[in-house]
Amino acid sequence: MELLVATGIGALTAAGVYLLFRAQTFPVIIGLAFLSYAVNVFLFAMGRLAIDAPPIYSPDVKVYTDPLPQALVLTAIVISFGMTALIVVLALRGFLESGDDGVGARERADSESGRTTATDTGLEPGAAAASERGV
Amino acid sequence: MSIALIVLLPLLGALLAPVTIRWGRNACAATAGAASLGSFALLMSHLPGVYAGEVLRQELPWIPQLGLSFSFFVDGLGFFFAGLILGIGLLIILYARYYLARQDPMGRFYAYLLLFQSAMLGIALSDNALLFLVFWEMTSLSSFLLIGYWRHLPEGRQGARMALAVTGGGGLALIGGMLLLGEAAGTYAISEIITRGEVIQAHPLYVPALLLILVGAFTKSAQFPFHFWLPHAMAAPTPVSAYLHSATMVKAGVFLLARFWPALAGTDIWFLIVTPVGLATMAIAAFIAIFKNDLKALLAFSTVSHLGMMTMLLGFGTEIGVVVAMFHILNHATFKAALFMSAGIVDHEAGTRDIRKLGGLAKLMPISSVLALIAAASMAGLPFFNGFLSKEMMLEEAAHTELTGIPYLVPALATLAAMFSVAYSLRLAWFTYMGPVRQSYPHHPHDPPVGMWAPVALLVVLVVAIGLVPPIAGPIVARTSMAVLQTDTLPYYSLAIWHGLTPALFMSIAAIVVGTIVVALYRSLSAAHAGLPHPDAKSMFDRTIAGLVSTARGFTGATQTGSLQLYAGIIVASIVAVGAVAFLQGGHAPGTRATLPASPPAIVAWAVLVAVCGAVVVAHTSRLLTLVLTSVVGLVVSVAFLQFSAPDLALTQISVEVVTTILLLLALNLLPRQGAPERSNANRFGSAAIAITAGLGVAALAYAVMTRDVASISEYHIAQSKPGGGGTNIVNVILVDFRGTDTFGEIIVLGIAALAIFAMLDSALRGASARRLAAMLPTRKSGDAHPMPLVVATRVILPLAITVGIFIFLRGHNEPGGGFIAGLVVAIALIMQYIASGFDWASARARYNPHAMIGAGVIIAGLTGVASFLFGAPFLTSSYDYFHIPLVGEVELATAMAFDLGVFLTVVGTVLLALFQISRVEHKAERVPVPEGPYEPPFHDAARGSGRAMAAPRVVEPARDKEA
Repeated sequence: MELLVATGIGALTAAGVYLLFRAQTFPVIIGLAFLSYAVNVFLFAMGRLAIDAPPIYSPDVKVYTDPLPQALVLTAIVISFGMTALIVVLALRGFLESGDDGVGARERADSESGRTTATDTGLEPGAAAASERGV
Repeated sequence: MSIALIVLLPLLGALLAPVTIRWGRNACAATAGAASLGSFALLMSHLPGVYAGEVLRQELPWIPQLGLSFSFFVDGLGFFFAGLILGIGLLIILYARYYLARQDPMGRFYAYLLLFQSAMLGIALSDNALLFLVFWEMTSLSSFLLIGYWRHLPEGRQGARMALAVTGGGGLALIGGMLLLGEAAGTYAISEIITRGEVIQAHPLYVPALLLILVGAFTKSAQFPFHFWLPHAMAAPTPVSAYLHSATMVKAGVFLLARFWPALAGTDIWFLIVTPVGLATMAIAAFIAIFKNDLKALLAFSTVSHLGMMTMLLGFGTEIGVVVAMFHILNHATFKAALFMSAGIVDHEAGTRDIRKLGGLAKLMPISSVLALIAAASMAGLPFFNGFLSKEMMLEEAAHTELTGIPYLVPALATLAAMFSVAYSLRLAWFTYMGPVRQSYPHHPHDPPVGMWAPVALLVVLVVAIGLVPPIAGPIVARTSMAVLQTDTLPYYSLAIWHGLTPALFMSIAAIVVGTIVVALYRSLSAAHAGLPHPDAKSMFDRTIAGLVSTARGFTGATQTGSLQLYAGIIVASIVAVGAVAFLQGGHAPGTRATLPASPPAIVAWAVLVAVCGAVVVAHTSRLLTLVLTSVVGLVVSVAFLQFSAPDLALTQISVEVVTTILLLLALNLLPRQGAPERSNANRFGSAAIAITAGLGVAALAYAVMTRDVASISEYHIAQSKPGGGGTNIVNVILVDFRGTDTFGEIIVLGIAALAIFAMLDSALRGASARRLAAMLPTRKSGDAHPMPLVVATRVILPLAITVGIFIFLRGHNEPGGGFIAGLVVAIALIMQYIASGFDWASARARYNPHAMIGAGVIIAGLTGVASFLFGAPFLTSSYDYFHIPLVGEVELATAMAFDLGVFLTVVGTVLLALFQISRVEHKAERVPVPEGPYEPPFHDAARGSGRAMAAPRVVEPARDKEA
């Protein structure tokens, strides 16, 4: 069982890292989600694996699995959601601002020039419209 | 306390001066003066003790672990410098009151000046090397503010920047030097360090410490080759120049050399560095000064030259050298402060400081002219003025000193410097004050108000008094020198005008004669000088800075490419490399812990997980598929948690999975559905190699840990869960009790993340983002956006789901559940309404505000924690009791439940706020006509007539600007 969990964590990590290196935001987000899974399970596994020994106290039960990693991982899962939501929104806003969802150096240069032109063309009609309204 | 007060009183004045300016300039100057005067009086109260040979100490611990303490001491040297700083400071405060123009912000001026004064006093009186460094940096910063006081002048700003760069850079070296010195001495107490000269000089750190400290001293005291900043600092208002460059700032370097003289001086390396640097500075700066046309520039180079002389005297390493240096510090401070203030008077009254445009002022402003002429005579080293005495003693010492085996080198250069000194002093005196009266001054000069010349007069009285009756300076020189030398007996010397026919006398006569000839021939010499090359320090400095900036830019440009791939690659590859090194160095014995047998369902789940990981890697460009596969991973992970005795984690994971999937679906609606194809195979294989290595490493690590036993601290948590925390769900008790502060921090992080999401998307509804949203291609919509079975089901489920949420919340302390899980469940139930019935319908009916929920959650959790203070217990101490409620029975209520309520509210608020915001943005992108308002199932709104809403929803064009 330990071997299955360990290799499972390894597979999640490898997939996460691979996706992290992709050139667009969406795979990077998914890659981070995979890494979160891997890290959470890894932390959980630091308490060792146990079957049918939940950390619910009862006077009759003598064996419990380690509750501390569970408590840490529980908050980590929720925080991972917060982090995922934040980077999704970052990616979304970046895409909406620049029309490009790349994360590489070349793409950034493109998007910068794209943004300036968008701003320039965006400002001028606005100003023209304001003057047309004859204020 | 009173020694520290000497330093702190001016600091208090610095705070008050900008306040009192509102009652006028006199009030402001009086405040500054009172602060300085109070400090001066406190200092003088130590006069009897110090001059009886006592050393007064005062110590307050600050960070004892670092050897840092707030400690001060007053001995002869500290008293002497503090006296100069405060005495001349008081005169400057008076002078500046009349010097500054009405439009100059005087409150700021006095604030900076007193800040600087406090820092200088700190240098003079610190008994802790680290505290000394703090004050040292404070002088660099406050002098930057003072030099750049006229911020509208580019010269002022550039001069201030240059001074800061040079003295601040030297300060960095000094920090290193002081730390090494403290290391070598074994203490940071200055009064201890200076008694351990032999230990320090035998220590291997002596040479590096000395070199670094000398860089600090030479930059501050403008010694060659760092002399160039001082003339540029002359862009400051004249009171600043008079203060910083006669008595204080530039003397700090000399003070440093004197203070640590017993610890550092006397070795060959000290002599071979300090003496030549001082000698060269003295001669070169004096030569440059002759040909300067700006009065203040001339005085600036003269100051550099005199500082060189003091440095050289300290560099000799002899006791007499120290005595002469201390005597000259006193003399130089008096005549140079007087001359700077005189230059300020000339500038103020005649409107120019250019010697070429001046002359004949003696007839127009007789009082100030006489004062300036006396001070200039002292600077030239003419007999009967105090400058003569210390110069004679310096020449006498120089005559006995041999450097690098060349006889006459030191005496010859010293005489040459004295000759230059005579020349520039005479030139300043003659061309400014003597000669015919001109008609071409920018202003009509006359004597200034008494407040401006009185400080000069006071200093000139000292110049003459010491010059005529040298022994009156005797006690000061003796006590100060004893403190520097750490001795009670000084070698024989005499402060007198006539020493007999000594070599020094002939050197002096030669200097005066040749210097006078130089001034007589000035016009032809000046023409010759103009033909010489003039290395311009400022342009060299500017070029150096420009070079540094472009190097830094180049480095930043090369490393900060903006490519996330590059950064992530470097980070992951570094982690892998570090891990690999550690792995190869460690042992590789297998673990001995008994493993669990693999069950068939577990093997199936594992196979699914690995297959999904492989599929995602191959198919990540197909984004919807990727999302589905990601949810499968979440499911497998939840099942794994359940299998391995973690019901709380399984519940949390499965509910987070739902929320995350909805979130990503929403995002995918706006992001491109299809990823760009891979650019190159090399890129793919490279990242695959790193990824596989990382995966193998993590897997091996996890396996290695899991197959070994461990002693956990959880025994305590398990044992105390029920008796201490009042709950049987140990995980929940840990969250809300044992590690409650941790959880409190985490819900705050969640709340901040939600607010950041709000901020980022709220502004996306304007500007470029909004235009792009409006221009998005219409998305293919499903035939039925709000299918009725879903609508009905979600509305029926809502109360049930909320009940379940409350149930999970209430039982969380004892059974799997709790605030986190309950929050997620309730959030999902609410989100389902949005999905099923549409954004408008759900928002119109939402009676809750996610912002308020987040705020309330954090506040409730915080108050629960703070409430334990009322019972004298630490933050978040929980308590619980059992209550009997009729019909319900025995109920346990724990304060932890209130805390968990805070967690619950924050989680609900965060999830809702994040998803709302994305939905709001999506809403903007809906291009096709959308049903106006909510979709109403016929059974709900009978008045509208059955089927109408379904068959033909009223449509409106969303308000949107027509394309231009």
